[in-house]
Amino acid sequence: MIRDFIKSREAILVAALIALILVVESRFSGFAAPGNLASVFNDTSILIILALGQTLVILTRCIDLSLASNLALTGMVTAMINAAMPGVPVIALIAIAIGLGVVMGMFNGILVWKLDIPPIVVTLGTLTIYRGLIFLISGGEWVNSHEMGEAYKAVPRFDLLGLPVLSWIAIAVIAGFAVLVNRTALGRAFYAVGGNPHAAVYTGIDVGKTRFAAFTIAGGLAGLCGYLWVSRYAVAYVDVAGGFELDVVAACVIGGISIAGGLGTVTGAVLGALFLGTIKNALPVAGISPFWQLAISGAAIIIAVAFNAQSNRKQGRIILKSAEHAS
Amino acid sequence: MSLAEDTRTRSLPDRLNGPGTRILKSWELLLFGIAVLIFVANTQASPYFLDPWNLSDATFNFTEKAMIGFAMALLIISGEIDLSVAGIIALASTAMGWALQFGVGTPGLIAIGLAVGLLCGAFNGVLVTRLGLPSIVVTIGTMSLFRGISYIVLGDQAFNGYPDSFAWLGRGYVFWVISFELTLFALFAVIYGVVLHKTNFGRHVYTIGNNPMAARFSGIRVERVKMILFLLTGLMSGIAAICLTARLGSTRPSIAYAWELEVVTMVVLGGVSILGGSGSILGVVIAALVMGMVTFGLGLLNVPGIVMSIFIGGLLIGVIAIPRLVTKLRRA
Repeated sequence: MIRDFIKSREAILVAALIALILVVESRFSGFAAPGNLASVFNDTSILIILALGQTLVILTRCIDLSLASNLALTGMVTAMINAAMPGVPVIALIAIAIGLGVVMGMFNGILVWKLDIPPIVVTLGTLTIYRGLIFLISGGEWVNSHEMGEAYKAVPRFDLLGLPVLSWIAIAVIAGFAVLVNRTALGRAFYAVGGNPHAAVYTGIDVGKTRFAAFTIAGGLAGLCGYLWVSRYAVAYVDVAGGFELDVVAACVIGGISIAGGLGTVTGAVLGALFLGTIKNALPVAGISPFWQLAISGAAIIIAVAFNAQSNRKQGRIILKSAEHAS
Repeated sequence: MSLAEDTRTRSLPDRLNGPGTRILKSWELLLFGIAVLIFVANTQASPYFLDPWNLSDATFNFTEKAMIGFAMALLIISGEIDLSVAGIIALASTAMGWALQFGVGTPGLIAIGLAVGLLCGAFNGVLVTRLGLPSIVVTIGTMSLFRGISYIVLGDQAFNGYPDSFAWLGRGYVFWVISFELTLFALFAVIYGVVLHKTNFGRHVYTIGNNPMAARFSGIRVERVKMILFLLTGLMSGIAAICLTARLGSTRPSIAYAWELEVVTMVVLGGVSILGGSGSILGVVIAALVMGMVTFGLGLLNVPGIVMSIFIGGLLIGVIAIPRLVTKLRRA
């Protein structure tokens, strides 16, 4: 088992992550200090949660480009409710956020499942629709920090055993996913559907329903992140998390989740997100202009996908693929 | 599809799909109907809509995107996609603005715009065809990379001061209300229409999209065709970059932000299957007109841009979902 791990993509990612941290540490001491690494993790929590949701969707050979818009819309809704009705408890707002996210995920999922519309088309459409709805409900106005309740803003920052609640939520989601993906029938169905949809049907798996489940879970997580994002940064506006959907896809790709479906792990997605998050945190420390960030994530995606393609080729997936074309 | 329906009703007509029914059932006609409806709605909604100069202004909403859309249509029909087109516009525009600082004239600027477009297209093409990487991931990467380079060069600055002869490319009129951009749009529509529908190359594009394996076995150089399509998409993005930069008169790294999604929406709305293998240039032309008119008509009614995007997104899902929903309900 240890030998398997050393050869795996996850091991390479861990090595790359450690190397990255050490390089930054060697020039700017203090970066690798536990306290700083914990804050890097905390900064990356939302990306990790979304990347895990996206992982399920990509595993089933779909893609969800609407996650960031979903996040922004739920974030705005919770902020507006909080500003208008400060009496509503935060736990109810979180439930509303998750519920709203689930509904938006289900909308994507039902179009993919029942009407068989390609997921990229569906989520390209809902990406603009969900984002536009924010403008409709808010009228383009911002919800600023002073309009939000103290409890609303405090939850993700609340310190619990040395870590903020935001980090604990990410850890809980990671643990939940490890169980869901590896230990449940639904989790294995995600792999089966993406690995070979035809074979999945013959083993009694409903491909459409499994995809629907993936979109629903991803949507619910995006909703949760909507509250987390807006309360953490204490501001809600139309362009919250603009373009973040691509960061999420990038984290998955770097983590070795194959865009062709059926291949990837929870650990990989978490490491992919942490890798991107570490780069984002290291840039200001290293005194590099934040304007470099976009080009660096772009280059990281290209290198990661080229690297993954090389290692996938060795595993002979091509044969399975061509057999599938023949069927 | 129609065969299955007909056997269910236990009768077979003499002809399954005559030329008449094919046109009547075609996507293009449906879309054209929508275009007419929107046109009529616009004339009712605003008295200013029918003014020739207003209509001419409206064309700027789609000409640049549609030029990229033609090449993108071929690329999507062949089973690939390029999400980096807006990134290419940003990079090409930045390169032109940078060259401008050294006193490069209009012909030089045009050459630089075209060259950067081609180079970016070649970069995508090599990664996809030589390394065998999935184009959707590659171009998500290059989208960030290309625009990222613009951000590195420009930061929060901008390049200004393009010469008048260059500005004409984006603002000039060839004849009366017919702008230079509209002329280019029409020219490329004809060229791409002929290439896709009347040449061997066009047939190869369809074949590759339907079955790349079969295409390879019938002697089509699949990788070379795909490489050419990526080069074309890059080139068209370069041309769009020239027009857009000339029209705006300045370059910022956020130029043409999120255009890739609008271009893909336009192509899919035009009836090109995102799974590859089918679609037409006529469809893309009508989709461009629909999107342009929706944006402009709502603009005349003072509807903000982001609300229009709800409409476009709804249109994208609606036009694909409704026919499928109808078939489904009819079967049930």
